[in-house]
Amino acid sequence: MTTTTAARKRYLSDNPRFLAGLFMSPAVIYIIALVGFPFVLAIIYSFTNISTGNPELDFVGFETFRRVLADPVFREALLNTFLFAVVANLLVVVLATALAEVLIKDFKGKWLVRFLVLLPWVAPVSLATITWLWTLDSIFSPIDWVLRELGLITENVYWLGRPGSAMGSVIAVQVWRIVPLAAVIVMAGLIAIPSEINDAAAVDGASSWRKRFQVTIPLLAPIIAVAVLFGVILSISDMSVVYVLTRGGPTNSTQVLSTWAFIKGIEGGALGQGAAVALFLLPVLIGITAVVLRLARRREVL
Amino acid sequence: MAVVEVRGLRKEFGDVVAIDGVDLRSEEGEFLVLLGPSGCGKTTLLRMIAGLEQPTDGEILLGDEDVVGLPPRARRIAMVFQSYALYPHMTVANNIAFPLKAQGTDPAERSVKVQWAAELFGIERLLHRRPRQLSGGERQRVALARALVREPTVFLLDEPLSNLDAKLRAAARDDLMEFQRRIGITTIYVTHDQVEAMGMGDRIAVMNHGKVRQLGTPEEVYHHPADVFVAQFLGSPPMNLLEATNFLFGFRPEQFLPEGIADHEGDRVPFTFHVNRIEYLGSERYLYGHIREYDETKIIAMLPATVTLPIAVDQNHKFSVARDQLRFFDRDLGNKIPPQTLNP
Repeated sequence: MTTTTAARKRYLSDNPRFLAGLFMSPAVIYIIALVGFPFVLAIIYSFTNISTGNPELDFVGFETFRRVLADPVFREALLNTFLFAVVANLLVVVLATALAEVLIKDFKGKWLVRFLVLLPWVAPVSLATITWLWTLDSIFSPIDWVLRELGLITENVYWLGRPGSAMGSVIAVQVWRIVPLAAVIVMAGLIAIPSEINDAAAVDGASSWRKRFQVTIPLLAPIIAVAVLFGVILSISDMSVVYVLTRGGPTNSTQVLSTWAFIKGIEGGALGQGAAVALFLLPVLIGITAVVLRLARRREVL
Repeated sequence: MAVVEVRGLRKEFGDVVAIDGVDLRSEEGEFLVLLGPSGCGKTTLLRMIAGLEQPTDGEILLGDEDVVGLPPRARRIAMVFQSYALYPHMTVANNIAFPLKAQGTDPAERSVKVQWAAELFGIERLLHRRPRQLSGGERQRVALARALVREPTVFLLDEPLSNLDAKLRAAARDDLMEFQRRIGITTIYVTHDQVEAMGMGDRIAVMNHGKVRQLGTPEEVYHHPADVFVAQFLGSPPMNLLEATNFLFGFRPEQFLPEGIADHEGDRVPFTFHVNRIEYLGSERYLYGHIREYDETKIIAMLPATVTLPIAVDQNHKFSVARDQLRFFDRDLGNKIPPQTLNP
């Protein structure tokens, strides 16, 4: 009867509670160490006047926030952040929806096209942005060269050297970077629309424009909302594109909150103020997330 | 109203032949059922008539006009889908109005017609709801109203009852028949359910492997099947088939009766039936077994509950079939042949 005793013995690995904890722990540890800890630290810092020169935690209440808000550069960065996020994501929605419609069609070389479209998203952001830095270079820009050869301009544009074109360039590169992700999300939404709905629209006599605007896009709305959510969060919280291309310049004309927080807190050493800038839009982001997720869920139960 | 006709229709998907040369013509105002197992091409045929698929070869005529190459919206057909395919983001009223908007009907006339269609199907009180708030039966009515609102010439239905539960299905079948009779519109109905096909169709086209095997009234396809496939596809349980020296013959389970039950009815062919097992189903009894002379082949007899004669298991019984109920088929080709002499 030894076999039955052996078979009856319970191992620790039979315990579902233990296993659940074991399997979740890597993710939990990772999130606590790399997201949770810095986040809590940032909240603490933002209520102190800590700096690299004075690494002591002196709580000063909202004094740090008051000083940050008084800075005219902060106000400019706040406006720029909204401009940057809103314009970039409007463009992303239109381009991603159009691109998704193309990508689900069957054509030769579909896989190559899908691969190329995804490339901006897969490439490391700093490397990709450095490529753009060269493409938009004040002297050697190939865009300028082409425009000059076509006779459209007589002297270089200085894409990143003038306030207006710098903002335009930064937005364009951000759009280039986010569109693939948004297009893939929208594509998943398109595939999820039952084919009988499209057939019904065809039999009901809808032209392709009517079908697109009265059937497809309304059905895609929740998915597009999710894509916009990702896009907006990425545009507000990720500083790589702006930082690599312009460092917020010229004269802070492309300064956004994420770059300003980095410049102020890390490069300038005012850790407390940097944390305050970084946290400033947190309530806004949480609010947007809550609203969009709620909208998406409401449309889901169709 | 119009007649639908297809001539020499073929459809290939790559190497797969979905429709392999179909000729079919509906009558004016007829309820024509396309019946067959899944994968037989019945839905593909319907989708080609609708214009959702383009044929590889052949003609499709709607009211004597060749419509091959025309998009669905130019065909004046209406179609109801298996899932109903209601637009989930629109109210019932907007769902029904959608085909009218697409053809540019002006708003005043549109609301009159939506009201008319809603009344026709008794769904006026649902007009402000959305599809997700409706039951299966209500959704089906909305789908029918949407299909009929622009008064199409042909009505196509793709298994519209298969998503309903059994109880609702009988009621929905009844409703559907009544609407069709009242409007008198030519209807093509796809199903794999032979009960639906027999009960609803004026005529049934039995399909298999992309071909129409037989076109006829329910009585014709049931009692005079054109080939072995039709004989065995229709009927539950299907026709019993036995192999004689150089041909096949068959009879329906309900035609196979024990001695003493139908002896007075003319010329009967006797068999010795060895019963292995009995299934009692309330309204009838199924007897499973084989005939002594054709040892290998399994036979099913179906006795109505009115026949109360006790039947013992694992014994031989004398059964018989009326001679004019025997059907004969070619052994190799499977097609119907004239009556042969049986000498077991």
